Amino acid sequence: MRVLAVCGMGFGTSLMLLMNIQEIGEKYGIKVDGEATDLGSAKGRDFDLIVASSEIAKELKDEKAPVIGINNLLDNNEIEEKILPILKELNK
Amino acid sequence: MLKKYFSSNSIKLSVNAKTPEEAIREAGNILVKEGKIKGNYVEDMIKTYKELGPYIVLAPGIAMPHSKPSEDVKETAISFIQLKEPIEFGHPTNDPVKLVFALGGVDHSSHIGMLQQLSMVLSNSEKLNKLMNIKSYEEFLKIID
Repeated sequence: MRVLAVCGMGFGTSLMLLMNIQEIGEKYGIKVDGEATDLGSAKGRDFDLIVASSEIAKELKDEKAPVIGINNLLDNNEIEEKILPILKELNK
Repeated sequence: MLKKYFSSNSIKLSVNAKTPEEAIREAGNILVKEGKIKGNYVEDMIKTYKELGPYIVLAPGIAMPHSKPSEDVKETAISFIQLKEPIEFGHPTNDPVKLVFALGGVDHSSHIGMLQQLSMVLSNSEKLNKLMNIKSYEEFLKIID
């Protein structure tokens, strides 16, 4: 499946988020391909899932793919709790 | 090694700042004084905050102002300020902010290692609590080591 991780400026928090998601995928045997990008380049892209910090996720609510907002980007438990059910669902 | 990015001049403790803009400016000016970024980049960080809102409050109590990697950044740069009194950045779940890390990158990849190391420190709640209350550079170094 393909995941788009988005941050405000493309500075790097999206890349960290993507790596976290890929680690979660690995842990559960789900292959996650993805791309990290900034908000300006994130719209209208073809992905299965979009993940961003909650403030950025608000801006992406019109996208086709489901959008997950993360409140605490440093909390791997929150990321796993929110992402894993969807990864499993999409992987069916 | 996260340590290599922080000299004793890179951090400031118990800083008085009343607004997010003041806090970003305090943290940014440290990097200007160290010669790691140009003043323009501080203005860009403030502009980013104003345009994109409080998303730079990445976790409860922690703001990481930054802007796009740019020519105004001369090397991978990070500074740290601990605010005397926590302030509101306008984030629905992560306010108030007590710790501010200003970040600068020269391109899209060179600073990623630094970010990862920083996030490892900050996702450790014991270390995070200590950072909220430390009083010296030496204590800071111990925590990030």
